[in-house]
Amino acid sequence: MSNAEPVIQASGLVKRYGQVEAVRGIDLAVGHGEIFGFLGPNGAGKSTTISILCTLLTPSAGSAKVAGIDVVQDPARVRQRIGLVFQDPSLDDVLTGRENLEFHAWLYGVPTSERRKRIDEMLALLQLTDRARSQVRTYSGGMKRRLEIARGMLHQPQILFLDEPTLGLDPQTRQSIWTHLNELRDTKGITIFMTTHYMDEAEYCDRIAIIDRGKIVALGTPDELKAMVGGDVVTITSSKSDDAAAEIERLLGVTPVRDNGSLRMEVPDAKVFVPRLVRDLTAPVDTVTLRRPSLDDVFLKLTGHAIRDEEAGTKDQMRAMASRWMGRRR
Amino acid sequence: MTATASATTIFAPADTRMASLRAIYIIWYRDILRYWRDRWRLVASLAQPLLFLIVFGSGLGSALGRGTVFGAAGGFSYIQFVFPGIVGMAILFSAIFGAMSIVWDREFGFLKEVLVAPIDRSAVAIGKALGSTTQAMIQGLILLVLAPLVGVKLSFLTIAEVIPLAALLAFGLSSFGVALASMMKSLQGFQVVMNFLMMPMFFLSGALFPLTNLPGWMTVLTRLDPASYGIDPLRRVVLSDSGRPSALVERFGLTINGQVLAIPLEAGIVLAFGAVMLGIAVVMFQRRD
Repeated sequence: MSNAEPVIQASGLVKRYGQVEAVRGIDLAVGHGEIFGFLGPNGAGKSTTISILCTLLTPSAGSAKVAGIDVVQDPARVRQRIGLVFQDPSLDDVLTGRENLEFHAWLYGVPTSERRKRIDEMLALLQLTDRARSQVRTYSGGMKRRLEIARGMLHQPQILFLDEPTLGLDPQTRQSIWTHLNELRDTKGITIFMTTHYMDEAEYCDRIAIIDRGKIVALGTPDELKAMVGGDVVTITSSKSDDAAAEIERLLGVTPVRDNGSLRMEVPDAKVFVPRLVRDLTAPVDTVTLRRPSLDDVFLKLTGHAIRDEEAGTKDQMRAMASRWMGRRR
Repeated sequence: MTATASATTIFAPADTRMASLRAIYIIWYRDILRYWRDRWRLVASLAQPLLFLIVFGSGLGSALGRGTVFGAAGGFSYIQFVFPGIVGMAILFSAIFGAMSIVWDREFGFLKEVLVAPIDRSAVAIGKALGSTTQAMIQGLILLVLAPLVGVKLSFLTIAEVIPLAALLAFGLSSFGVALASMMKSLQGFQVVMNFLMMPMFFLSGALFPLTNLPGWMTVLTRLDPASYGIDPLRRVVLSDSGRPSALVERFGLTINGQVLAIPLEAGIVLAFGAVMLGIAVVMFQRRD
């Protein structure tokens, strides 16, 4: 990132609710103009962290600066400089789209002379101009989301925070939201900080932090994170998968992971590996699939290990299964 | 990537008082806009007072007509007596309902947009209280057009007196509603407030019957009801135009220890009640969860 001074900086953030630690020591730095993604399953601590950064929650320990301002010391000045798009809708659906924006402009003290111009500009940018005079209750889910993004940008924040901005939207709408976010970043030069639990979405980010059970388990560009997975992902099915697994380990020096009846392994180069696999194995190989690693694989690898290492309780196992299952659905 | 020359202008909250006034205005304005747009609510909220006026006024009126309090002997018919009470009822219900819409805003997320804004949160409580004050006032004043139907004549002077009194009552009860709403986190408490606060407040306010010659315990309760101090002056002003001797009007007046309270004193009590409630609401809103 070009600017040396980070726009968002957090160190040692902790949030406790009674006995439960929702966030267990988070450090991060986000540079100017970055799209930074916070990726993790539900309940991992994403929303809690973003709420602390937006001054909606106070941390139990640690500190954070947003736009160079301490979030605990001076929340009002932080709020003036950030735009927020919440996980749950927060529009007045009796008012029209334009009226919702006007309300926001007044609340944030956008000067009268600029109010109209900026509202028009934001409506145009998010393609809502022709519906601006309709009541929000007639809007689709995607339009509401776009209106919320337009609203969040109205007071020209330095940073736009979005908590699960594409939750509950269909894939096409999600795609268009992303187009808009990229456009905003490019034309307005703002920094975007967002949370998501859609792995494929995290790929649009410049950098991603993977969070699990209140801690960041990995942080880097999507490519860097994918590089953490050995290279390519090879999955085979075999009618004698126990034999196949043993042979793969003995002959090819790779430990396959059992995944719903199939065997999955990470190899540096699938082009070389697959011919050897087929030649050396005596156990029958029914199917072979290979693909480039996705963030799903990264996530599975990172959180999967953690779970196995500490003999997790049933709840954690269920959570792991749930996230695995969700990862596979796509 | 290169930092696109920062188009971010920062608006220093130079004058926080101006910012608060702006916020109060826009929160008030939104309430009025919603009120205006939701015509059905407007109609529905007038239906209830109308029903009360017609059913109570005619039904009870004919039963009470021969008594000593109402009818020819008393100087006023029951429907004339109850009319200002129904105006007060309209104000009571719409003030509290209007203010409690904050709970809806909380439930449906809009409150978040307001609470995260870089404004003093007291503006939220004040804006909301003024918003529902305005709505309740309009609601009450609309009912005044029915005055000729019940044989009450209203001069412009009377209306000019009614407006500030209606505004005060609306303000006191709206502030009360905002204070209640600031303590409620979900819609579940709403029914409780309806049944255990609003209805008793209405019944004990003197809207339906004179607050004289009541059993002791009830006398105490009626005097504790803030709405009593708002409805009584409304009635005295509205009925003063009837051309009857003022002693007849005073007969209904709210008394403490047998003394009829002066209208300015009653107005002061309502205003003070509203101010205290608004203070509570402001404190509650400024707490950061």
